[in-house]
Amino acid sequence: MSTTTAPPPRVETPLRRFAAEFAESRIAVGGLVVFVLIALGALFAPWITPQNPYDLMQIDIMDGRQPPGTSGGAGFTFWLGTDDQGRDMFSAILYGLRISLLVGAGSALIAAMVGASLGLIAAYAGGRTDSAIMRLVDLQLSFPAILVALMILAFLGKGILNVVLALVIVEWAYYARTVRGSALVERRREYIEAAHCLALPTHRILFRHLLPNCLPPLIVVATMQVARAIALEATLSFLGLGVPITEPSLGLLIANGYQYMLSGHYWISFYPGIALLITIVSINLVGDHLRDVLNPRLKR
Amino acid sequence: MRFSLRKAALAAVPALALGAAGAAQAQSITIAVEAPITSVDPHFHNLSPNNGLADVIFGALVNYDERVRPQPGLAVSWRAVDDTTWEFRLRPSVRFHNGNPFTAEDVAFTLARVPTVPNSPSSFATFTRPIVGVEILDPLTIRFRTAAPYPLIVTDLASVRILNRATHEGATTEDFNSGRVAIGAGPYRLVAFRQGDRVELERFDGYWGERPAYQRATLRMITNNAARTAALLAGDVDAIAAVPTSDLARLRADQRFVISEADSVRLIYLALDHSRDANSPGIQDAEGRPITDRNPLRDVRVRRALSMAIDRAAISQRVMEGTSIPAGQFLPEGTYAYVPELRPTPFDLEGARRLLAEAGYPNGFRITLAGPNDRYVNDARIIQAIGQMWTRAGVRTAVEAMPWTAYVPRSDRQEFSAFLYGWGSASGEPSSPLRALVATFNRERGMGPSNRGRYSNPEVDRLLEEALRTVDDAARERILQQAIRVVFEDVGIIPIHIQKNIWAMRRGIAHVARADELTRPQDFRPAN
Amino acid sequence: MTVYLLRRLFQAFGVVVAMSVLVFVGVYGIGNPVDILISPDADQMERERAIRALGLDRPLWEQYVWFVANALQGDLGRSFAYNEPALQLILQRMPATLELAFAAMILAVAIGLPLGLYAGLHPHSPASKAIMAGSILGFSLPTFWVGLMLIMLFAVHLGWLPSNGRGATAEFLGVQWSFLTANGLAHLAMPAFNLALFKISLVIRLTRAGVREAMLMDYVKFARAKGLSPRRVTFVHVLKNILIPVVTVTGLELGGTIAFSVVTETVFSWPGMGKLIIDSINRLDRPVMVAYLMIIVLMFVVINLLVDILYTVLDPRVRIEGKAA
Repeated sequence: MSTTTAPPPRVETPLRRFAAEFAESRIAVGGLVVFVLIALGALFAPWITPQNPYDLMQIDIMDGRQPPGTSGGAGFTFWLGTDDQGRDMFSAILYGLRISLLVGAGSALIAAMVGASLGLIAAYAGGRTDSAIMRLVDLQLSFPAILVALMILAFLGKGILNVVLALVIVEWAYYARTVRGSALVERRREYIEAAHCLALPTHRILFRHLLPNCLPPLIVVATMQVARAIALEATLSFLGLGVPITEPSLGLLIANGYQYMLSGHYWISFYPGIALLITIVSINLVGDHLRDVLNPRLKR
Repeated sequence: MRFSLRKAALAAVPALALGAAGAAQAQSITIAVEAPITSVDPHFHNLSPNNGLADVIFGALVNYDERVRPQPGLAVSWRAVDDTTWEFRLRPSVRFHNGNPFTAEDVAFTLARVPTVPNSPSSFATFTRPIVGVEILDPLTIRFRTAAPYPLIVTDLASVRILNRATHEGATTEDFNSGRVAIGAGPYRLVAFRQGDRVELERFDGYWGERPAYQRATLRMITNNAARTAALLAGDVDAIAAVPTSDLARLRADQRFVISEADSVRLIYLALDHSRDANSPGIQDAEGRPITDRNPLRDVRVRRALSMAIDRAAISQRVMEGTSIPAGQFLPEGTYAYVPELRPTPFDLEGARRLLAEAGYPNGFRITLAGPNDRYVNDARIIQAIGQMWTRAGVRTAVEAMPWTAYVPRSDRQEFSAFLYGWGSASGEPSSPLRALVATFNRERGMGPSNRGRYSNPEVDRLLEEALRTVDDAARERILQQAIRVVFEDVGIIPIHIQKNIWAMRRGIAHVARADELTRPQDFRPAN
Repeated sequence: MTVYLLRRLFQAFGVVVAMSVLVFVGVYGIGNPVDILISPDADQMERERAIRALGLDRPLWEQYVWFVANALQGDLGRSFAYNEPALQLILQRMPATLELAFAAMILAVAIGLPLGLYAGLHPHSPASKAIMAGSILGFSLPTFWVGLMLIMLFAVHLGWLPSNGRGATAEFLGVQWSFLTANGLAHLAMPAFNLALFKISLVIRLTRAGVREAMLMDYVKFARAKGLSPRRVTFVHVLKNILIPVVTVTGLELGGTIAFSVVTETVFSWPGMGKLIIDSINRLDRPVMVAYLMIIVLMFVVINLLVDILYTVLDPRVRIEGKAA
């Protein structure tokens, strides 16, 4: 707002400090930029792509498995080739990104909220509540992720929301366990005891004091889980249980193209793989650095 | 230990396996099959991979040749004494792997055992049930009595592998799997059965028929398509079954390998909802509202339009990469009761639109096309391609592909309007698909058990029943042909294509490809 | 401590019982196995016979009661597809999966811990950055895809390793193991690495994070100030502290690895439990699915118990609390 020439006395808000610290790593900033670009590309895919790969009217099986650079019957060039159904890979990748990001980030976010809350409550309340929640975690973790997802999807049928739901059910326990673990340790520290002495309300202690100090491991887990969620979704698709086949995510594109790897139609699986890789790496670069910035114990 | 050393030696020289055949190589063959063999007991589970193994270890009265035509097996000849009595003359001086002689007693024992195998998830009793009486005339002559005229007895008996009374009295499925009583009269004897992994076999030198070329044979179960191809490319196996269509071009181009193929007896088709008068579950009008006053699929013009809108040649070329034959009826040319004039419906987009308009759908309608994604060759790709084609003809199609285990229960509950299935006519003749797929569903009479669209046509039912009573082959053939004509002129189901069965093997091996999809080591030999 | 243990044991038992109900109901809900198992040639009568023969015409609660009654006698039912005891089938396949999972965990720790330690101690060196980038790749790529790439490279193009399957085995303690033969090891290498990839990354990141935190801790600063050699500081003070999360996660991940071997075993046709469960799911072989899940549940409960105990031993802060509670 103020555009004075002389630098105004900077107010040291936590957010500013955080932004400044984050900006210190050029790699992390680069990752953020790439991720934002990817997210924008996914968001505006319908306006960028030459084709809607989910519309059966717009794809033609006669264009199937064209190598990159071929001109199709629809009057545009398939810069990244086409898949077996004649989908333009560039369009399919951007549309697939939408679904993968939605599934990955959505499920990680919901699972983190559910898991972290339960983990905090378990650690803070202790006793019966703690045992109950942690047995639920055991229960959850004792089911192999793939089998849980498989059963949920067998019950509910395919669909993006069902995949998200399955991933949340599979993943919340990791967050709960992680948060509880660090909260147990944090709880014994002086600042929490000080907060107790000040008679602060419980939710304030939980979410303002305990949670921020449990964040570093939570972020480590969360960045991994976003990646994991996307990869798990791909695996589910590989096993035939992911998103609907007419609306492929990046994972499903890779799984479909996987069958063509031995036959030399590398682009069907290769380009979505690269897109997936760049996406996940950029998320992880950001997450990695975030962890360093947010870790109170690494504060100078 | 002896055998693991041998394998170690073999696996240590995978590169050599591709070169000139060494002495050890000519003696043994390793074949990768696409589906797990679950049991050695030939009467436990009527399942194609198990039947393939049963064909290797055991023998039946009647064998199928590679075109699924009945041939003499353990029986040298048979005839109908009258409409309900059949006489089989048995092959003399046949011995089981343990040296026991084969006689009519063993046939009677086998027929008695088949319906009594405990816990069988899919029994062979369907093949023996029509036989109500067995009479042994002499050790090499046996008569079967049926309650009603039953011409299918010959093909049915091809599915019943013969056991030895002396060896198998009281034998359990576990006894077979452990190898203790895995004794038959087939060309190979069992060395080891390792579930989910491999079956090791050794040639039986006392076999009555043609001597197999390889002294030892291993069937490896590699269910993942890409892994199977990779195993062949890496030289870990000598041959693979069910070559994925996507890898076919590469293998054809590679000088190190050869391909064998045969037209199968498996039809891929679309079933349609005939049972509902309105509100068919996957159908809406062009604006997406449910159609509450009628079911478009009950109109033969709509069914014909849907069939005309399918470009079968494109599916065969683009999706199947040449491994399918566009179909207009249940079985391929050259089979019993094939109808020569019944050609695949030609692709005609304009004609389809016209027919739809005529039927009262000038703007088309919407439909959901369902199918499995892990059962038939390229199943999910086929329904997507058909979805494109129907959408172009004005029938906006949503495609729903799901795993077989989710698909079958839903289609059994009739939750779909249009859905993809396949039918392998294991007996090589059309009474099996007629009875199972298009005869009116009737539990008591065992008709239409797989008629999930509930197609019902009294004319078809009448003709089929007449055929099943007619023992004379030529007369029956004419009646079956008539039934087939009625079904396909009425578009009871929409035939898509007949699959081809493809094997690939390293150069230097020859294989007799079979129409019935069975992979048997005795069909392989060194090429010269 | 004993009371604590007993309570944990009791809870573990509750988990097992609850899981058995969930598993049973869950598996029951997927579909009717006869529809999948039965030959298409069968008619309606044969279908009904098969349903009766497999006991599927009984109400769910009755089937569950039978299952529990038999399970208490060590009988987890017979496989529909194999007609053999489900437990026996699984136990037959277990050594293959166990050796795969252990090989993967050993690889993960053997590769991950040193790399993570290095990256934590020298956070700004180019090698550390490369290690971290590699670890990101490690868990970014879907397992099945990496598996096929490995097969393409090492088996198809280079011909160094067999493409799939389990190699020759040798007997040890009455069980057939493939890691005892050269051929078996050659077959084990690729699938174990494939399965380990994700864990390697995990161990690297955990170790690095732990080291970086520990280096700033007062006790490490103090140890350094005391003039202890960097080697001693690293291997005694730092390593000891970071072992807690690594132990936790490795313990948790061992079970996960065994469960997740489903994908690796499918890609590499490894005849283990994972392959069995996928095959069983594909043909709705309920007794095997239930038995497998129950074994996995038991295994996890035991692992969790052990990790909790180890935790108590390794971290004095938790131990004190455990006593207080």
